[in-house]
Amino acid sequence: MKKDETIERHTISVLVDNEAGVLARVIGLFSGRGYNIESLTVAEVDQAEHTSRITVVTSGTPMVIEQIKAQLDRLVPVHRVMDLTVEAKAVEREMALVKVAGTGEKRVEALRLSDAFRARVIDTTHSSFIFEVTGAPDKIDAFIGLMRPLGLVDVSRTGVVAIARGPEAM
Amino acid sequence: MAAQELTGAEIVIKALVDQGVDTIFGYPGGAVLPIYDALFQQNKIRHILVRHEQGAVHAAEGYARSTGKPGVVLVTSGPGATNAITGLTDALMDSIPIVCLTGQVATHLIGSDAFQEADTVGITRHCTKHNWLVRSAPELARVMHEAFYVATHGRPGPVVIDIPKDVQFEKTEYTASPHITHRTYRPRLKGDIEKIREAVDLIANAKKPMFYTGGGVINSGTVASQLLRELVRLTGYPITSTLMGLGAYPASDKQWLGMLGMHGTYEANNAMHDCDVLINIGARFDDRVTGRLEAFSPHSKKIHVDIDASSINKNVRVDVGIIGDCAHVLEDMLRIWKSKARRPDKAALADWWKQIDIWRDRKSLSYKTNDDIIKPQQAIQRLYEMTKGREVYVTTEVGQHQMWAAQHFHFDEPNRWMTSGGLGTMGYGMPAAIGAQIAHPDALVIDIAGEASILMNMQELSTAVQFMLPVKIFILNNEYMGMVRQWQQLLHGGRYSHSYSDSLPDFVKLAEAYGATGIRAEKPSELDAAIKKMIETPGPVMFDCRVDQLENCYPMIPSGAAHNEMILGDDPDGASVSEEGKMLV
Repeated sequence: MKKDETIERHTISVLVDNEAGVLARVIGLFSGRGYNIESLTVAEVDQAEHTSRITVVTSGTPMVIEQIKAQLDRLVPVHRVMDLTVEAKAVEREMALVKVAGTGEKRVEALRLSDAFRARVIDTTHSSFIFEVTGAPDKIDAFIGLMRPLGLVDVSRTGVVAIARGPEAM
Repeated sequence: MAAQELTGAEIVIKALVDQGVDTIFGYPGGAVLPIYDALFQQNKIRHILVRHEQGAVHAAEGYARSTGKPGVVLVTSGPGATNAITGLTDALMDSIPIVCLTGQVATHLIGSDAFQEADTVGITRHCTKHNWLVRSAPELARVMHEAFYVATHGRPGPVVIDIPKDVQFEKTEYTASPHITHRTYRPRLKGDIEKIREAVDLIANAKKPMFYTGGGVINSGTVASQLLRELVRLTGYPITSTLMGLGAYPASDKQWLGMLGMHGTYEANNAMHDCDVLINIGARFDDRVTGRLEAFSPHSKKIHVDIDASSINKNVRVDVGIIGDCAHVLEDMLRIWKSKARRPDKAALADWWKQIDIWRDRKSLSYKTNDDIIKPQQAIQRLYEMTKGREVYVTTEVGQHQMWAAQHFHFDEPNRWMTSGGLGTMGYGMPAAIGAQIAHPDALVIDIAGEASILMNMQELSTAVQFMLPVKIFILNNEYMGMVRQWQQLLHGGRYSHSYSDSLPDFVKLAEAYGATGIRAEKPSELDAAIKKMIETPGPVMFDCRVDQLENCYPMIPSGAAHNEMILGDDPDGASVSEEGKMLV
């Protein structure tokens, strides 16, 4: 039996009943079974229905990814599990708040680069900026990388949210 | 008309009655006093007072496994709940439906490190199928019914309902119905018909087929066992089963090859290794069964029927995975088999059976007896022969005696055999026997035990005495934690580190101290008369059967080895374990 050992990165959306402990249950599943979490976001998406949507980015062999989906799907409060990497064409976005401190040339360069990334300045002092940047995770990585030599002091990232393209609901 | 208001505690009782519960196992304490008060004032539910909360869960497991109904447990907060953890984990691993009610400190005290407070839903999240903290009485009835639904539907398992003390006092209307449509949890019962067709084609065209069945068939109900028997007989194919699946197919039948796995028979394991189509019904490719994964049944096409999608392709990649309940899938398989007038390949099958008979002739379960000392296998064989024809339920503890019981006690019916398979919990057997005896008061219930395991829940003998439960505790006493000793002999140079059962009690006197009967047998010549006496003695009996101290349990697949690399009892020199194998348990 030949096993496929290539590691794949998958973005999985999980629609859950917004009940107490549901996030702990999902996180406990990942830690208890030794699966990776690269990013995880959660928020209520339908107040009337009390449903929350969890977006988790994970990585593993195809067999592990299949296990993760099956394990998530059998949790009692889970409505639906969707693999946005294979089941649908999807868009992924992440937002970051990036604080850069500095003066003179570096400050000007930071502002110039932020423009190229369509980052917005949402707070400023004479010696610092906070940029709001949105995009795919690698775009945010790139932006942070560029800011590093220019006085990067703090980063706060939301983690990935994702949704399938097209007219259908999850 | 407004419905009558009930307290939370009364709602608990009413919901249990509405669920058809007539027996619960429990232990009182501060945080469940209102429920115990409500229990006191009714007579529909019988409460079995155990001596330790772990015993309550195992008793409920024995009750559940021997009846097919969920077992119900009631314990207090804090230590009551934490003592139940081992039982809950055991039930999770072996897919036993358990509803465990735990008391909790009052809602306003939660999080304050109050007396006997523990984060029960936090602690039990990992060892239950689901759990709930009920924050107000109006939720209680709905949660109770949902809990029974979740415990018994899909792959069964334990659930916990944590009920704060103020919620038990709070009054509200009881409106919920025991029949619920769950918002999210709706496991599928019927398998994908196209996949079942594909499976039937594979089965029909097999040259060297093998049925491998597990606890899922038992959990699916007696109908599943009947359908399995029909399919196996119709095909004429050989069948083996896991430890958890024993009894689904009659052990007395000629197509039965015995249990497979680490201590399975030579014929079952070799047939697993050499088969060309493997039909797994309700088993989960557990490591005790597969041995070294890379060498597991390397030439076969594999079919796997399981109600739990996460079991399929977890350990072993299969060719046809069918998600569904065993009974439903077996029914469809039979229907398709008959409608297409399938015929197995007679010539190939005859060759296959010829090969299997060669393996069978190896007589891998054989052992040598003598006049001086009782062999443990001999004790179980005599116990089996002398109880044949009765309604017998057998539970076990964990270790060598458990494997010998699986090998030498034979079951022709499902739900007669209760053992801790997945978790391997020493101390399971006596409370489980109590649960089985409660459910089947006139049956002969035997806990086949070891002298080390039995001490882990010894206190439950008091429960057996209080409720006049005639359970028979049959201890194979070799004065060693035998399986530990065996592994130390095979893997650790015979250094018997802390595996000798020192300072053992006199089990006969101990039984008498509890108000039970003690019997001892030391010589093979005494065995039959002593077993006869045990069966005929009313009330609980503890049987101290002194057996060969250094007997090993064979055949055995050493850790990290393949099915066709077994060590046999008459060839123990074959024992060698790879460095990699030593890492495994």
